[in-house]
Amino acid sequence: MIYFDNSATTLPHPDVVKAFGDVASQFFGNPSSLHHLGGKSAQLLDQARKVAADCLGVQPGEIVFTSGGTESNNAALKGVAIQHRSRGKHIITSSIEHASVYETCKQLEELGYSVTYLPTDDKGRVRPEDVQRALSDDTILVSVMYVNSELGTVQPIEEIGRILSAYPKTYFHVDAVQGFGKLPLMPGKWGIDLLSLSAHKFHGVRGCGLLYVRRGVMLSPLIIGGGQEGGLRSGTENVPGIVAMAKAMRMQHERLQENHEHMKKLRARLIDGLLPLEYCKLNGPGKDDAYAAPHIVNVSFPGIKAEVVLHALEKEEIYVSTRSACSSKNSKPSRVLLAAGIDEERARSALRISFSPDNTEAEVDVFIRAIQKIVPNLAKIMRV
Amino acid sequence: MQEIYLDHAATTPVHPEVLEAMLPYYRDMHGNPSSMHRFGQRVRHTVDEARSIIARCVNAEPGEIIFTSGGTEADNMALIGVMTANRDKGKHLITSQIEHHAVLHTCEYLESLGYEVTYLPVDETGRVAVEDVAQAIRPDTVMISIMFGNNEVGTLQHIGKIGKLAKERGVYFHTDAVQAFGIEEVDVKRLHVDLLSISAHKVNGPKGVGSLYARRGIKIASYIHGGNQEKKRRAGTENVAGIVGFARAAELAINTREERRAHYEKLRRMMMAVWDEQSVDYVVNGHPKFYMPHILNVSFPGTKTEAMLMKLDIAGVAAASGSACMSGSLEISHVLRAMNLPEDRLISAIRFSFGYGNTEEQVREAAERIARIVNKG
Ligand SMILES: Cc1ncc(COP(=O)(O)O)c(C=O)c1O
Ligand SMILES: Cc1ncc(COP(=O)(O)O)c(C=O)c1O
Repeated sequence: MIYFDNSATTLPHPDVVKAFGDVASQFFGNPSSLHHLGGKSAQLLDQARKVAADCLGVQPGEIVFTSGGTESNNAALKGVAIQHRSRGKHIITSSIEHASVYETCKQLEELGYSVTYLPTDDKGRVRPEDVQRALSDDTILVSVMYVNSELGTVQPIEEIGRILSAYPKTYFHVDAVQGFGKLPLMPGKWGIDLLSLSAHKFHGVRGCGLLYVRRGVMLSPLIIGGGQEGGLRSGTENVPGIVAMAKAMRMQHERLQENHEHMKKLRARLIDGLLPLEYCKLNGPGKDDAYAAPHIVNVSFPGIKAEVVLHALEKEEIYVSTRSACSSKNSKPSRVLLAAGIDEERARSALRISFSPDNTEAEVDVFIRAIQKIVPNLAKIMRV
Repeated sequence: MQEIYLDHAATTPVHPEVLEAMLPYYRDMHGNPSSMHRFGQRVRHTVDEARSIIARCVNAEPGEIIFTSGGTEADNMALIGVMTANRDKGKHLITSQIEHHAVLHTCEYLESLGYEVTYLPVDETGRVAVEDVAQAIRPDTVMISIMFGNNEVGTLQHIGKIGKLAKERGVYFHTDAVQAFGIEEVDVKRLHVDLLSISAHKVNGPKGVGSLYARRGIKIASYIHGGNQEKKRRAGTENVAGIVGFARAAELAINTREERRAHYEKLRRMMMAVWDEQSVDYVVNGHPKFYMPHILNVSFPGTKTEAMLMKLDIAGVAAASGSACMSGSLEISHVLRAMNLPEDRLISAIRFSFGYGNTEEQVREAAERIARIVNKG
């Protein structure tokens, strides 16, 4: 089997699974309990928080554990919107955000907020000057993702952060779900106020994520109750999941450089193999573009529906996707690709290939050969 | 010295069978159920199966079960989701003073947004009077949220009667069954419940998973927005392993419910019998008849909760004051306060809660250790 759908979800690392199992079976206490079983869990939670903070170069007190990337994004956007509604009701985001940001913005519009959806260039990149232009006295939040999950475009986060440093009352949220473990990430240095991660995208277990909340940023909590996570996120902490996530974070963080290089090589090899095929078009960043994430390649086979190629590849035990998994049931072409100016026909035929560090060059070669076999055949059938 | 865990109302250990059921989904079954390919689709089926199991456990339809990240999220979603989706109907919500903070603090949040909340009192056993609920209903009342069984004192509410009343008066009825599930018979149809929260980690399932039952046809706004998961009612990549573990735990809990109830009942009586034998001064807090057998809340007049818990911990007995999320603070429990107990009972209350793995020997041993501590003063 060749699994090239790592942007949808990754295989948890065996050591991560082991950590999960050990904590779940041995240290099951509730961290809020006063007895020492509770104390032990609280200690594990503290350690995990410290590891997570170290990997991001921030303070442990700035980490809020959540149930995943979607919750983190909702918590950041609604948290700022509700907390600071008396100061302003304008939010700036991009037109290529993940559904968990995009739909939350749509919801906020219904509640009376105004949202600017910035366009991108034809590679799916937001222009920092557009952010600058969209800012007004009323702007309470700018939310731009780090790496686009469909095109793999890396956004100019540092530059946007620099622009926003002149606007201390406008918070900067970054959905870094597709960026962590693939590219350097320094929220503290880049002027980021809020940052979302999801464990299952970097070989942790599902149902676990985090939100970095820079000290001093006031947020109305999304989930209210017992007051866990400094009051920012209530609910009994998923200690095994959190410990497992911290472990995965450390592993990815330590191997960032070599993982990055390895996946970059896979990406180059894949593009080199596909681009010469006249029926294949690359979407998003080019092979040597500096703002290309190493793990995502998006290609179209115009005239052929992506699903058909996907299922043909599936027969060869090769798994890819047509777009972000959570909207894959939708038969419309990808909102993100259209926003990046890709025409409808090309968008309908787009496939996303996404790597993990465990993928190999040999797998890439098998994939290229499979495409060479499948696509021309399909093209013939489609023509008659 | 053997450690004896009597804090199962705070959280429970994961049952070995549950962990075993989960592990394959961290290995070769790790697909994303929303993926179009077979590798994802085969876990889609797994999630559907788990949904049917949970539905069966509360006598609901699979389509009425929404998976969440736990009991707290389920409570938040029920209250905020229903109140915001039914603004045209009214702004009033009825709850009780003894709810878990997941409900109470969410009510306060709704008040800050302009909603109106009535917090019904309870009697000294911790029960809400059905007449009080009836009287509190106004033309603009949208929902009633009264918990099934209280997590601190174990008192059961008149769920069936409140459900019937709510139905007659055209008001939605939510109940937080996080503590009652797996102990009491939870039948949403028979009890006329419209919304019901449960949490896996209270029934030997994994932490970070739970569900909200929302009766078909209920107007409820989505609360966590994003992808199309859970029919757009709860976005986020499904925690498949967690959901599988939850379903396995729920099944185990329901299949062993009667025998466990009998076992906890025995443990309770035994504990008190030991104290009676040793002339320990104690009073049981809660209802003498309508209680959940796994929770035993007692006051030892003359002692102080915090000091007692510490001594118990040293003696290898894990117990709690109120609910775990507030034991960190050790304020007087809002539940006992609402029950209007005398001061000496308020400041000396301890909650013991039984669960999987507790044996008669353990509990007798714990009762004896407790007796020694209390009698020493
Ligand atoms: C960029 C991005 N943001 C957010 C999410 C949502 O994360 P989760 O699946 O943990 O809810 C995803 C993945 O689905 C993503 O790719
Ligand atoms: C009655 C009750 N409701 C809600 C909760 C919250 O559930 P969870 O810890 O899964 O968020 C708890 C336990 O903490 C509880 O006892």
